[in-house]
Amino acid sequence: MNLQIPELSVVLLVGASSSGKSSFARKHFLPTEVLSSDTCRALVSDDEHDMSATSDGFDLLHHLAGIRLKRGRLTVIDATNVKREDRKVLIDLARSQDCLVSVIVFDLPEGVLLARHRARTDRDFGAHVVRNQLSSLRRDRRGIRREGVHRVWFLDSEEAVDAVTIERVPLWNNRREEHGPFDIIGDIHGCYDEMVELLDRLAYVRTGSDEAPSAHHPEGRKALFLGDLVDRGPRSPDVLRLVMGMVAQGTALCVPGNHDVKLVRKLHGREVKITHGLAETLAQLEGESDAFRARIAEFVDGLVSHLILDDGKLVVAHAGLKEAFQGRGSARVRQFCLYGETTGETDDYGLPVRYDWAREYRGRAKVVYGHTPVPEAEWVNRTICIDTGCVFGGTLTALRYPEEELVSVDAARVYYEPARPLRPPDARAGSDLLDLDDVSGRRHVETRLGRAVTVDLEHAAAALEVMSRFAVDPHWLVYLPPTMSPSETAPKDSPLLEHPREALSYFRKAGVAQVVVEEKHMGSRAVLVVCRDPAVGPRRFGVVKPGLGVVTSRTGRPFFRESELQHALLDRVRQGFEDSGLWEELGTDWVVLDAEIMPWSAKALELLRLQYAPTGAAGMSVLTRAAALLEQAAARDPSAAELSAATRERLAAVEQYREAYRRYCWEVSGLDELRLAPFHLLASEGRVHTDRDHTWHMETLARLASTGDPLFVATQYRVATLGDEESEAQVIAWWEELTSAGGEGVVVKPLGWLARDRKGLVQPALKCRGAEYLRIIYGPEYLLPRNLERLRSRGLSRKRSLAIRELALGLEALHRFVEGEPLYRVHECVFGVLALESEPVDPRL
Amino acid sequence: MLLTITTTTAPATDLGYLLAKNPGRTHSFELTFGTAHVFYPEATPERCTAALLVDIDAVGLVRGRPRNEDAPLAAYVNDRPYAASSFLSVAISRVFGTALGGRSRERQELADTPISLVATLHALPCRGGTGVVHRLFGPLGYTVEVEQLPLDPAFPGWGASRLHDVTLTGTCRLADLLTHIYVLVPVLDDQKHYWVGDDEIGKLLAHGEGWLAAHPERELIVERSLKHRGHLIRGALAQLLDEDAVEPPDEVEADAGEDALERGLSLNNQRLATVHRILSEAGAMTVADLGCGEGKLVGRLSRSSKFQRVLGVDVSVRTLERARQRLNPERMPAKIAERVTLLHGSAIYRDARLADLDAICLVEVIEHLDEDRLPALEAAVFGAARPRLVIVTTPNADYNARFENLPTGRFRHADHRFEWSREEFAAWAEGVATRQGYTVRFEPIGPVDEALGAPTQMGVFSR
Repeated sequence: MNLQIPELSVVLLVGASSSGKSSFARKHFLPTEVLSSDTCRALVSDDEHDMSATSDGFDLLHHLAGIRLKRGRLTVIDATNVKREDRKVLIDLARSQDCLVSVIVFDLPEGVLLARHRARTDRDFGAHVVRNQLSSLRRDRRGIRREGVHRVWFLDSEEAVDAVTIERVPLWNNRREEHGPFDIIGDIHGCYDEMVELLDRLAYVRTGSDEAPSAHHPEGRKALFLGDLVDRGPRSPDVLRLVMGMVAQGTALCVPGNHDVKLVRKLHGREVKITHGLAETLAQLEGESDAFRARIAEFVDGLVSHLILDDGKLVVAHAGLKEAFQGRGSARVRQFCLYGETTGETDDYGLPVRYDWAREYRGRAKVVYGHTPVPEAEWVNRTICIDTGCVFGGTLTALRYPEEELVSVDAARVYYEPARPLRPPDARAGSDLLDLDDVSGRRHVETRLGRAVTVDLEHAAAALEVMSRFAVDPHWLVYLPPTMSPSETAPKDSPLLEHPREALSYFRKAGVAQVVVEEKHMGSRAVLVVCRDPAVGPRRFGVVKPGLGVVTSRTGRPFFRESELQHALLDRVRQGFEDSGLWEELGTDWVVLDAEIMPWSAKALELLRLQYAPTGAAGMSVLTRAAALLEQAAARDPSAAELSAATRERLAAVEQYREAYRRYCWEVSGLDELRLAPFHLLASEGRVHTDRDHTWHMETLARLASTGDPLFVATQYRVATLGDEESEAQVIAWWEELTSAGGEGVVVKPLGWLARDRKGLVQPALKCRGAEYLRIIYGPEYLLPRNLERLRSRGLSRKRSLAIRELALGLEALHRFVEGEPLYRVHECVFGVLALESEPVDPRL
Repeated sequence: MLLTITTTTAPATDLGYLLAKNPGRTHSFELTFGTAHVFYPEATPERCTAALLVDIDAVGLVRGRPRNEDAPLAAYVNDRPYAASSFLSVAISRVFGTALGGRSRERQELADTPISLVATLHALPCRGGTGVVHRLFGPLGYTVEVEQLPLDPAFPGWGASRLHDVTLTGTCRLADLLTHIYVLVPVLDDQKHYWVGDDEIGKLLAHGEGWLAAHPERELIVERSLKHRGHLIRGALAQLLDEDAVEPPDEVEADAGEDALERGLSLNNQRLATVHRILSEAGAMTVADLGCGEGKLVGRLSRSSKFQRVLGVDVSVRTLERARQRLNPERMPAKIAERVTLLHGSAIYRDARLADLDAICLVEVIEHLDEDRLPALEAAVFGAARPRLVIVTTPNADYNARFENLPTGRFRHADHRFEWSREEFAAWAEGVATRQGYTVRFEPIGPVDEALGAPTQMGVFSR
């Protein structure tokens, strides 16, 4: 006997002890698919025959079964299951997970069982137990079919058991092998003319006769109708005829709508209320034949409530479908597909309030649905409702998949007055609300740079506070930059801590052919999201208020306290893009930039006042006086000479320290004194620009400075060929020149952004800071030999590992944003960067 | 750090005997945190100056220091290696131990005699400004000269630093001068580099013998010496004044500004009482306090059996930990403890744990969020969690005019992102109510000013 078992179902094995259930399960199923009551009993008591552990053992079995079913795994229950109440618990469990139940009953002759029982040495109960189980089974045997199960098979002999083959069959809704491309069409409601116009627009060719019309797409595309073909509109029978023709010909797929189902109930002679436009359909059908009406009933009855398509990447259902129900089969799932869910409340029009499942949708599959008319089809968390209310005078909309283009035709007129106004657009505000589950706990974020990044629970917890209280609106926060490691520490014989030799050597060893060496500006790191006009914010970024963008620090906080200053700066940048023609050239109305904003003192004034300046003031006061006193002392006491010299050296160090920070400070009263040095043009509409080398970024962004606006500073850079001694010597000389003039140093990057060696991604950038600048980081006296010697022992591996993980997350966020992914998918990555930033690492690196 | 001590009492070079350091040469001492040097710039019978220069090993010092989130480099670049601080006090006790104790092997009589002395402290950080230096050293009989150092002469706009060069002139025993410096330098700095425990009381009282009890600023000295640790301060003052119990001195901290402003009104209690009353009147049995802080409202509600479930939610893990310590559920009666749950969460993320509650309270929370995050709060609280009742309290900006200590245009708390007038609050609240299907009514909290309203305004949303 061939048993066709649905690929996702609970398989109940039913039979007395010694029926051979376990051997059967071993033969036909994976060991992990089989949950055995004996095993569970043993797991909780160390003894599979300990009957006192039966109840706890079953608790465990139910728990495991529940988890497996939630995850969509076929589950075989190997227990006697001879009593109705035992089966009921398992059937209820399957139902609560919207899974079908298949039952295989082992009803072998008593003699066979008792002979087997006697032959076994691992059973310490008497033969009466087997006899009792058998009689329980036989008492209820005939009723099993009525226990709410999908299929029951009876195996009455050893031969029958041996002859079984198992075939796993897909559920009806599983059409993963259908890859389209599709043209998904929303609620038609009898609007035949609009439907035909839309099909024409989509380049379908109509064929067949008036009685048996059909249509097909010359490129083999398939139409996909979302149901509610009938009611309210003028030509429901014609709509049905064409859809049925296309489905029969295999040029279309269709899911049922609540109106279609109700019509068919009426056609079957059931009692239904003739409301919501059913009367119109019935009147139109009066002119049709009984045979046609019968065909309608057969067609709708044969429709599956939802379809899983394109390897599971696409789900369609009339009223949409939440993730937990996708690919499941139960009455509850069918109800959801047809009607959606309601909250139990009613609105001002007395109509039930729909549960807005799309707001909470976090599934991988895209869900396309209709049912609720909306003024405009909009993506919400990978779902889209394309019922644009044609019959109410709106439009009939198709979604081309996988292109995700919307094609609409206007309704010729209002065919039916809606009971309530179509949902106004602003009712969708908050529909992309982030969920705590999107960010909290230990997380693994998949990134396209080929590695999943793990974010630990405690770091995520720290990031939640920063994100909630200090960061800008997550809608704007589409990127956070990775941390940057310094080059390896210079060797012992060097008088310095950092030198570009080490950075060049790192990339040379990693097999990078060319690097870009960029001047490192000493200001404050900023990420800018710049919009061409204020309307771009709400449309592209989903913010509530129109705005030109945002300027954030490297931890996502507002860069400027005064929003007027931010606006003024963004306006100038926007103008810079206008004047340099970059908006047009890039084909975008927004960009994301990585930049440095100078002077340092503009952002760091508080730090200067609390930390840097007092250090200098205290050092100067004490050491100036001490040096003078020691000179006096040394004049009469030779033993003071050594201390005197050392103190003069310390005084010089503090003087140099003061000079070092002073270079990065100037008074700022407004935008006029600020300077912006953008160095990465990270992304614009349709593209993340990390596939272009750094020369492109440098040259493109230099065009902003060429507009003549003094706000913009072009970053100086050199390209070095690694292994070419002269080329390397040139950039080293340049570094010496820059840093001896007080520059902060340089950043060395692989010319092509991303480089890999055999261990994976290479550092995207290494900084090489100048000796004087580092006084601000390591303290005024760090270069004194006794200090430098100790400071050389610094570990870079943690910092570098963070840099790679943050890079992977940051770029992933940008890619997801560019691809139009929902907010929570972008936010997950950005949040991850912030969480990683709370990992402790030496802040001097 | 640098301390110089000069005497003109002849023979001045006897200063070397008092300090037990020969004026003829330079002395160095290894300390755990660096090296102390003693040298004499001048040593004549008429005038002798000893200098104590402490060279802090800044690189060695920072290992294992806790991290300051806002200024991660503060542990590495700071004024500690140079400024006069508790390091100087420790150096005095190590290097000038006998002199500090008033003992001298060769010149005990001189050690017991007041002589003319001038001490100069360089880069002495003074919390509270120049006046505090005078208030601390003046009553001890010194002529005090103070020069406040600019933060950076190249940037006059940055203003003055809290560092001062201080000169003390007086006639007293050397031991007195050293003791005063030993005790008062960390007080002025208001920091100590080491852990302050119970034994610090003993040290303070020993060094303060004979002068501290009568010092007009003794409370300040005790408080800062003991690092503002309440129970230590009370213990020390009690011993000092020979009393059983002493009221703790009022903290006049800048960061407690909002509480200080509103304290006279005991607004916080009134807020909690009002919220409690409204919850009771509405018959709410399951309640969440979003932004519960240290759990005052949660504690209050948990003591009433009318509330079956009380959730305290805060976005800060540290704050929540403090709430846990304060409420201490393990030591509550089991019946109360089982009603209380503290959760880490955020008011601007949807949180399934907040579904199906009767009420959510946002007491003095919304003004701590940037205004552009309020739509998310609205969606999370009113749209997703959707309790029957939402209570929102926030400062009434109209009333700020009544706070004399609050400059116009400033907020009551440094972290407030906005403070709304009654009109602004009403506009927001009514918008929320309309969009989310609630009705809202308003109530004042605190004394009502005819024209300006009450200091706190409250919106009660129900559906």
